[in-house]
Amino acid sequence: MRKIWDIHGGVHPTENKTQSLSEPILQAAIPPYLYVPLSQHIGAAAKPIVKVGDKVLKGQTIADTSAAVSVPVHAPSSGTVFAIENKTVPHPSGIDDLCIVIETDGLDQWRERKARQNFNLFTDDELLSIIRNAGIAGMGGAGFPAAIKLKSSDSKPINTLIMNGTECEPYITADHSLMLEKANDIATGLAILAKIIKPKTILFGIEDNKLDVVNGIEAALNRIDFSTHSGCTTDVRVVTFPTKYPSGGEKQLIEILTGKQVPSRGLPADIGIVCHNIGTAVAIKDAVCLDQPLISRITTVTGEAVKRPRNYHVLIGTPVSFLLEESQYQADQNNRLIMGGPMMGFALADISAPIIKTSNCILAPTEAELPTPPPAQACIRCGMCAEACPASLLPQQLYWFSQGKELEKLEQHNIADCIECGACSYVCPSNIPLVQYYRASKTDIKQREIDHRNAELAKRRFDARQDRLIRLEQEKIAAKQARQAARKKANPPNNKPPAANASAANADTAATTDNTEREATVKAAIERAKIKKATHSKTTDDPVARAQAKREAQLAQDQADPEAKLKRAVESAQQRMKKLQVKLVAAKDSGDPNVNILETGLEKAQSKLVSSQKALDDYKKASNSED
Amino acid sequence: MIEFISLNPLLSALIALVALGLSFGAILGFGAIKFAVEGDPIVDQINAILPQTQCGQCGYPGCKPYAEAIAEGDAINKCPPGGEAGINELANLLDREPLALDDEHGQEDIKKVAFIREEECIGCTKCIQACPIDAILGAAKVMHTVISSECTGCDLCVEPCPVDCIDMVPVSVGTQAWKWQIPDRNPFYNANIIASDQRSIDSPKARH
Amino acid sequence: MALMRVTSPHTHNRQTTGQVMQLVLLATLPGVLALTFVFGWGTLVNILLAVVFAIALEASALKLRKRPVKFYLNDYTAIVTAVLLAISLPPYSSWWVILVGIFFSIIVAKQLYGGLGYNPFNPAMVGYVALLISFPVAMTAWPAPIHLTPDTVTIPNLFDALLIALSVIERPMIDGFTMATPLDLVRQNDSLLLNDLINEYPQFGRWSGYGWEWANLGFLVGGLFLLQRKIFTWHTPVSMLLAIAIMSALFYDGGSSNSAGSPLFHLLGGATMFGAWFIATDPVSSAVSNKGRIIYGAGIGVLTFIIRKWGNYPDAVAFAVLLMNFSAPLIDHYTQTKPYGHSNIK
Repeated sequence: MRKIWDIHGGVHPTENKTQSLSEPILQAAIPPYLYVPLSQHIGAAAKPIVKVGDKVLKGQTIADTSAAVSVPVHAPSSGTVFAIENKTVPHPSGIDDLCIVIETDGLDQWRERKARQNFNLFTDDELLSIIRNAGIAGMGGAGFPAAIKLKSSDSKPINTLIMNGTECEPYITADHSLMLEKANDIATGLAILAKIIKPKTILFGIEDNKLDVVNGIEAALNRIDFSTHSGCTTDVRVVTFPTKYPSGGEKQLIEILTGKQVPSRGLPADIGIVCHNIGTAVAIKDAVCLDQPLISRITTVTGEAVKRPRNYHVLIGTPVSFLLEESQYQADQNNRLIMGGPMMGFALADISAPIIKTSNCILAPTEAELPTPPPAQACIRCGMCAEACPASLLPQQLYWFSQGKELEKLEQHNIADCIECGACSYVCPSNIPLVQYYRASKTDIKQREIDHRNAELAKRRFDARQDRLIRLEQEKIAAKQARQAARKKANPPNNKPPAANASAANADTAATTDNTEREATVKAAIERAKIKKATHSKTTDDPVARAQAKREAQLAQDQADPEAKLKRAVESAQQRMKKLQVKLVAAKDSGDPNVNILETGLEKAQSKLVSSQKALDDYKKASNSED
Repeated sequence: MIEFISLNPLLSALIALVALGLSFGAILGFGAIKFAVEGDPIVDQINAILPQTQCGQCGYPGCKPYAEAIAEGDAINKCPPGGEAGINELANLLDREPLALDDEHGQEDIKKVAFIREEECIGCTKCIQACPIDAILGAAKVMHTVISSECTGCDLCVEPCPVDCIDMVPVSVGTQAWKWQIPDRNPFYNANIIASDQRSIDSPKARH
Repeated sequence: MALMRVTSPHTHNRQTTGQVMQLVLLATLPGVLALTFVFGWGTLVNILLAVVFAIALEASALKLRKRPVKFYLNDYTAIVTAVLLAISLPPYSSWWVILVGIFFSIIVAKQLYGGLGYNPFNPAMVGYVALLISFPVAMTAWPAPIHLTPDTVTIPNLFDALLIALSVIERPMIDGFTMATPLDLVRQNDSLLLNDLINEYPQFGRWSGYGWEWANLGFLVGGLFLLQRKIFTWHTPVSMLLAIAIMSALFYDGGSSNSAGSPLFHLLGGATMFGAWFIATDPVSSAVSNKGRIIYGAGIGVLTFIIRKWGNYPDAVAFAVLLMNFSAPLIDHYTQTKPYGHSNIK
């Protein structure tokens, strides 16, 4: 007998597991329409790669993804893509999400499959990509893509693999029936996991309310030599431990089986442990050995509002209503429809939501079975929640701080370590929905972190913009000073004869003409800056007023003195011509090949001068005649 | 010593007090230097709490100027984007009374981002100039667009647009961005907090 | 039928605050019976009047605060407060003493602070201390145990006891009806050896005072019952009792005239067991973590002993509890639990 450890807290809700175990797993029928959500797990949603009207075969990839934490989605049965649109999905929000709707043809025709009986022929990386491409995401409930958990890291060697056959939530028997009926598949899946992870110890954890599966599991495990698969001596143990909720939580199970605690905000891999659900093992076996992606799962349908509670082997995308019909659902007696168990499951907004990869249970209770919660009373800090908390938190304090939205206090009291198991609410004599306060506060904390990050980004961008504006202003001032300095220097050398000394004159004239040419543009710029300055001082920080004022000022200036503008144009044309002439002379002297270009440039400048001169003359004439 | 004290009670008391004063003063002075709290100047700490939307609703040209103004004693309730949470954080930091948001400066609103209806954009660059954080891309006479992930929803680009092609759209809430809410406060709940909150339940209009 | 949208968990262990409080009431029974047996009908009359006043005051306070009256009365906390206060009062207390006490408990200590769950101090003890300070004579006049009362004094029957409390008939104020409690005797003693003192006064019963020991044992039984029903954890009462035992052992002084009394005398004397199992365990005003509760309980124990030995009041549990109520938030601040996964963080 291996030593087991106890966890803090925990509760013992009525199990209600026998109802759904009275009959074996039944293969559910193919519904006329399958609604396959593109986001069924933690991480990014997949993108559809089929179009409406496409024919799809069972197991065909219909949505794929390149995101790290994500897996593709496959067609659960053959048929036609009927629509790709937002539909009801099983989500606590009740918000619609993108689904691929497949109109099934009833043939259930598989795509081509390559059975791989001997998985030892494949490398670990090949197996990992098979697992990822089969769309396997944690079947335990949270739905973390399995391939990511399996990816080894040299810095965190795994020595213990834990198979989670705990299923501690009341009512649910999906894993129980899987262990009863598919022990060999679980063992094969476990062998594949052992080959990839190469653990020294494999612990198969089962609660003692499922002792009827232990013999079958042990027999199936004994048939396999795990040491050959893992390449090292591997010790395989089935460990049973007392039933207590939430011993099936990953962190809790690890403590029960190994006595170690996963560090806060860490992963089991940090202490050399990885934990997988038995459903994942079966899915991995199907994917690797049979080349069947994850398109179906075992789902418990139970509660007193169904006449035939039982487990179904059901296609992903099957509407809950379809499954309930098969179990003879009594809608008039049902007070709420829960996906998942009574402790952590969420109430469905719509009976037409589909089964997804993480749907382990559909619970349809009557009012007598799970009564409407009474109004909450005041918290008397009785501490029953603290006694029940498996994370050893102080729920009564967290509740206090959640009410006051004191996020910092909440963080100090380690709200991040709350696993949202609901044990606190279960025991609260005042019927306070404690765990809901923590969920909300946790999302608030997350949102605040995002907001702070965004604020930091916005601040950086704002500062960068301010810096840029200041820099531009400074450059303008610098240009102005440079121009003034240059004007003083430039005036005398302008009178020098052009070709005194070839090279000296070349440099000199280039500089002077540059300056004179810049003079005009800078003058214009200053004008603009002045306007800007004026408008700035007029309007403080209203950008609308600023923009309007600027526009008006420019218009006003142009209207007020059009002659000056024309004169400026003539002047600048003259200057440009002068500069070009100098350059041309210099170029001819040095035998520059650009002479031709300069010549055409000179011609253009000449015509520009003529036209601007003409415009000025016209204007003068016009204004004279007006006078 | 004892003799001196009994002979000159007044003088010895004076000496003792002065000596005590000096020594404690020295200890305090030493402590102030030795254990001086190094950290963000208060303006930076305030600025870190402000949402950095740079929207100017507070009446200052950006968050930093408002932070400076708060440090110099301005009210902490002039920032609608920061909302109640922001005011509470500021109140906490500055040890002031948390006030209700000042209506004059706007209401707390859901998060929005600017969206340019691109086919209507004439490429005037006015919005680009108005954007306090350079979150609009574009050049003269070409279509502009908002980098929505950078947009703070400050609203400043909407008015300058001569063709009114900028909308403020609420950030969409998908299943991924959805948040849990604090449980509905049923009347019993609300009634629990303090005696004076009852008015708001009886007659919500009474407050307006 | 529309589907209900509620959040998980969808199931509950179906224990309510009202039920918890009913269990507490039930658990006071052995102690109350012992008190009645020893001191006569006075305690029962106290309880009766206190409960009536408490319900009336709680209901009117709720009404004034515009709260649903029935919903809040259903939590039984007002009744528990009333019973606890009534037990602490000397039997045959006058109705106005009880009324004033209940007023301080229910209105001042509880409703003015926002009602159940928001009171920083134990309401029953606030009421008790307010009375003790206001009416010290009435509050220290404990009747003598029936069996020690001289034959000349007639013990009131239940109806007479009620009439006494309602001031319809006079309380027999003759000598012998009231008697100094063992705790008083030990504190006031400065000349006799402890054993001589005990031999001289018949109030000292077998271990700790005639009758008192039985009342204390009764409350111990009730407390153990609540502990077994997991209404509270062992930390506060056990650490309080341990602290009293250790303190009294330290100051036992070999039974000299200076002795404060033996540990057994203190554990089974006065309001020790009642305080440990019914007052200190009041969750609203105590510390929250188990570690904090040990400190909280030990603080009450030490303070109780200190006030008993050096203070001026007949018993000290009420003051000790109120003083530790003050420090509960501080204790909470420094005694957070270490959650899962925090023991091995690097």
